[in-house]
Amino acid sequence: MLIVLAQTRGIGMPEPVSTFASEVDWLWNFVTIVSVFFTALNLGLMAYFVYRYRQKDRNDLPHGQHHNTTLEITWSVIPLIIVLAIFVWGFRGYLSMATPPANSLEFMATTWKWAWEFTYPNGFKTNELHVPADKPIQVVLESRDVIHAFYVPEFRTKRDIVPGRYNKIWFQVDSEPNGVAFNGAIETETLPDGSKKYTDHGAKKYRLYCAEYCGTNHSKMQAYVYIHTQEGYNAWLAAASNWQEGLPPVQVGQKLYSLKGCNTCHSLDGSRGNGPSWKNLFGYPQMLKSGDSKVADEAFIRQAILEPNSQGIVGYQPVMPKLNLKESDVSALIAFIKSQSDKGPYPQTSPALKNGR
Amino acid sequence: MHAHEVWESQYMSATPQSIPTDIFGKPVNPQKGDSYLTHDRGILSWLLTLDHKRIGLMYMVVILASFLLGGIFAIVLRTMLAMPGANQANHASYTDEQLAQISVNNDFYNQAFTLHGAVMVFMFIIPAIPAILGNFVLPMMLGAKDVAFPKLNLLSYYCWVGGGLFFVWVLGKGILNTIFPGMVEFWGSGGLDTGWTFYTPYSTSTGTAATAAVAGVFILGFSSILTGVNFIATIHTLRPKDMGWFQMPLFVWGLYATAIMQVLATPVLAITLMLLLAERMLGIGIFDPALGGDPVLFQHFFWFYSHPAVYIMIVPAMGIISEIMSVFSRKRIFGYAFIACSSVCIAIIAFIVWGHHMFTSGQSDLLNAIFSFLTMSVAIPSAIKIFNWLATMYKGAIVLETPMLYAMGFIWLFTIGGLTGVYLAALSIDMHVHDTYFIVAHFHYVMVGSMMFGLLAGMSYWWPKMFGKMYHEGWSKVAAILIFAGFNLTFFIQFIAGSLGMPRRYATYPPEFAIYHHISTLGSYILATGLFIVLGVWIHSLVRGRPAPANPWGANSLEWHTKSPPLHANFEKTPLATDPYDFDDWRWDENVGGYVMNENTHHEEKTAQTK
Repeated sequence: MLIVLAQTRGIGMPEPVSTFASEVDWLWNFVTIVSVFFTALNLGLMAYFVYRYRQKDRNDLPHGQHHNTTLEITWSVIPLIIVLAIFVWGFRGYLSMATPPANSLEFMATTWKWAWEFTYPNGFKTNELHVPADKPIQVVLESRDVIHAFYVPEFRTKRDIVPGRYNKIWFQVDSEPNGVAFNGAIETETLPDGSKKYTDHGAKKYRLYCAEYCGTNHSKMQAYVYIHTQEGYNAWLAAASNWQEGLPPVQVGQKLYSLKGCNTCHSLDGSRGNGPSWKNLFGYPQMLKSGDSKVADEAFIRQAILEPNSQGIVGYQPVMPKLNLKESDVSALIAFIKSQSDKGPYPQTSPALKNGR
Repeated sequence: MHAHEVWESQYMSATPQSIPTDIFGKPVNPQKGDSYLTHDRGILSWLLTLDHKRIGLMYMVVILASFLLGGIFAIVLRTMLAMPGANQANHASYTDEQLAQISVNNDFYNQAFTLHGAVMVFMFIIPAIPAILGNFVLPMMLGAKDVAFPKLNLLSYYCWVGGGLFFVWVLGKGILNTIFPGMVEFWGSGGLDTGWTFYTPYSTSTGTAATAAVAGVFILGFSSILTGVNFIATIHTLRPKDMGWFQMPLFVWGLYATAIMQVLATPVLAITLMLLLAERMLGIGIFDPALGGDPVLFQHFFWFYSHPAVYIMIVPAMGIISEIMSVFSRKRIFGYAFIACSSVCIAIIAFIVWGHHMFTSGQSDLLNAIFSFLTMSVAIPSAIKIFNWLATMYKGAIVLETPMLYAMGFIWLFTIGGLTGVYLAALSIDMHVHDTYFIVAHFHYVMVGSMMFGLLAGMSYWWPKMFGKMYHEGWSKVAAILIFAGFNLTFFIQFIAGSLGMPRRYATYPPEFAIYHHISTLGSYILATGLFIVLGVWIHSLVRGRPAPANPWGANSLEWHTKSPPLHANFEKTPLATDPYDFDDWRWDENVGGYVMNENTHHEEKTAQTK
C-alpha cells in the first residue's frame, strides 16, 4: 500500500524519509488544498461583498434575507463530510505509525536532562542512534527524570518519553529512495581525548530533537540518527563495539564501568551503594556470609562478576545481575578494579577517580 | 461620482456639534449631563465602586497593563530569537565557560517565554473580553442597572488584582535574578521556567518558584469563576420582561457560553493546582513517577481546564464579531439561531476534546482516535459562524469603520487558525507537527489573533459609549492595518518553520531556521508599532476627542439607547426589550455626527405594541 504511493513531499515539509512519510504528506497536501480553497472562498467573498455592497448612504438599510435553513445545513454538512474524511485518513496513517511490525529490530533510548543514550542489541551504547535501512526499527523510550520527546522531522513521527512508563516509536527508512549506500569501509578517527570516532560515509544523517520542554538546555538536547545499509550498519557496529582495541585494559574497564552500569551500585570513592565500593576492594579481605574471610584477588573478582552473588559478602543483598560480558571485558574490569586499590599494581591516575564515580 | 467618492463626501464633510445629545439628537440638559464617570469623585469612589461600568474600566487598566507586560516579553523573545548570538547550534565547540554563559541565557529565555505565555493567557486572553467589555456592556444590553451581584463583581476584581500582582511579582523576580544575580539576596529567589502549562514532573522538580506561581494562578482562577457566576445569574434574572433567550444580542450568548465554561472548568484547574501543591510541598505522589504518580494524569487534568479556556478566550470575541458584522452591514444578522446555538455547541464540545493535547504522550490509540474525531467536530460550529457572518455581509450596506476592519481581520485570522486546527486534529499529521512552531502559529492565530482582534473590534465599537468621546478614525484604521499585516507576518511564517520541524520552546536552533525567525521578528515589530498607535489613538481620544453621540453606529441593542457616556444608573427609565438587529428606527443626523431615533417612533411604545 505504502509502496504504491510514490515519495510525495508535503508542501513546506522536509524530505519524506520514513516509509509512512509519504502517506502523511499526501494527507498534508490534501488538507492544504482544502484549506487554501476555503480561505480563498471566505476572503474572496468578503472582498467581493465589500466591493459590491459598500454603503452609499448613511441611511441605507437593506432588508435582505436573514435566515435560510437549507443553506445552513448545506454549509454544515459539507465541512462535516470533509473533516470526517480527513479524520479517517489521519487515523489510518496514525495506526501504521503506532503499531511496530513484529519483526522490528529493537533499540533502547534512555534520556535525562539533557542527553540521549542509545543501547544497541549487542549491549553497546552511544549518544547517537545508528540503525540499518530497509528494516523496521523500534526504539523503546525511557526517561530518568522529566518528560522528553523523540522527534525526527524527516521521519514525520514523534513520541513523548515519559518517566515511569515505556513508550515506543518505530520507523523504517528504505535505502534506495534515500540514497543510503555503503562504500565498503568504516573510517576510524582518533579524537584528541583518545576516544575513537567511526564513520560510515554512505550513511544518511538526520537531526533528532527533544520536542517536549525539559528545562535549561532543552534546545540543545539534540542528537543524530544515522541510517546505514545493513552491511554498513554491521560494519559500523562491529567497529564501534570493538572500541577496546588498542586501549589499555584499565581504560577499557573504566569505560565498561559506566557503560555496563556498574556505577549505579559500586562507587569509586568508598561510599556505600547496593554493592561494595571498588575503592580498596582489590587485595583486601572480605567477610563472607559463609563465615569465611577471603582476600579479593583476581579469581575472587572474576567469580563475583561471572557468577553474581555466589560468594555473598556480608552486609549486601544478592541483587547483582548477570551481565553479558566477553572474556576480554571481564579482564578489563578486573584491571580497572585493581587500579582503584592501593594494593593494586596500577598508579591511580584515571580520571574516574577525580570525578568520584 | 464613484461609489467611494459619494461615501467620502458623506462621511468626511460631517461637522457634528460638540454638544452631548440624547438618543433623539436633542442636546442634553446640563443639569442632567451627569454620567457614570462624573457621578462620584475621588479615588475611593473608583476603588470601592459597585458600578459595573467603573469595574469594567478598572479591569481595562490592569488587563491592558498585563498585555503590555506580556507584549514586552514577546518582543524580548522575538529579539533573542533573531540575534545570531542566540543561535548556538554548534554547542559542541563551546568551552565550559561559554556553556555556562549560554546556560544563563537559556534560563533567561525559558523564564521569559514562561512569563510571556502565562501572563498573556491567565491575565490577558482569558479575562480581557468578559471582564472589560462583558462587565461594561452586558447589564446595559439587558437594560439593567448593574450585574446581578455587584459586590461579587468587585470581589472578583480584587481577586484578580491580588492574584495578578502576586503572580507577576514571583515571575518578575526570577527574570530580574537571571540578569542581576546579586538581587537574590535582596528579595529571594523566584521565577518560573515551566511554561504556562506546568507539566509534571518538570514543574515538581524545577528550582524555580512553581509553588508560589501556582498559588497566584489559583487566586486568578477565582476571579474568573466569580465573574462567570455573576454573568450567568445576570443573564438569567435581569433580562427585560419581553426579552426571551432568542431575542438576546449574540454577544450576550457568547458571554453566557463563556460563563458556563468558566464556572465548570476553572475549578478543575484549581483542584489540579492544589494537587500539584500537595505533591511539591507534602511529597504526596500524584503526578511524579518517582513518588508513584503519573505525569500524564496531570496533562489530562490540566487540559480539561485549559482546553475549554481556549474557547473562553474566543467565544466572547465571536459574540462581538456577530454584533459588528450586523451593525456595519446595516442588515439583520444572518442565521441568528444558528450562531447562538453554535456558541453553546462550542462550549459543550470544548469539554470533550482535551485529549488532543496528548496525542504523542502514549495514551491509547483508541483514545487518540476518539479525541481526533471529537476535535474535528469543532470545525462545524466554527464554519457555521464564519459562513453566517459572510451571509450577513451579502447584500448589506457595508461600512468600513475601524470596528468592521477588525471584525473582517478576525474572520481572516480565525479562518486560518481554524483550518490549521484541522491539520492538528488529523492524527498522522499531528505526530509530525505536535510541539513544533506549527502549534505555536496555530494557537497564536486562534487565541491571540482572533481574540485580540475581537477585543480591538469591541473596544473601538464601544469606546464612544464607554468614554463619551470619538477617536481619530484615520489613525485608527492605519493601526488596524499595521496590526493585521504585522500579525500575519509574525505568525504565518511560523507555520512553515514548524512544518519543517522547528520545535517549540527552543532558546537556540539549527541555522537552517534562522530566516524564518528573522521574518517573524520583523513582523512582531510591525505588530507592536500598530498596537502603540492604538494606544496613542485612545489617549488622543480621551484628551481631545469630540463628544460621542449616543449612537454613532446606528446599532439597536439597548446599550445604545442611552447617552454616551451612560448615566450612573445606565438608563433614565428602564427600557423595554428591542430587537437588537432591527435598525429601522434610527436615521443619520449630520449635526449630531451619529444616528438619532426617529421622534415619531417612541421605541418603548413601539416595542410594547409589537409584542
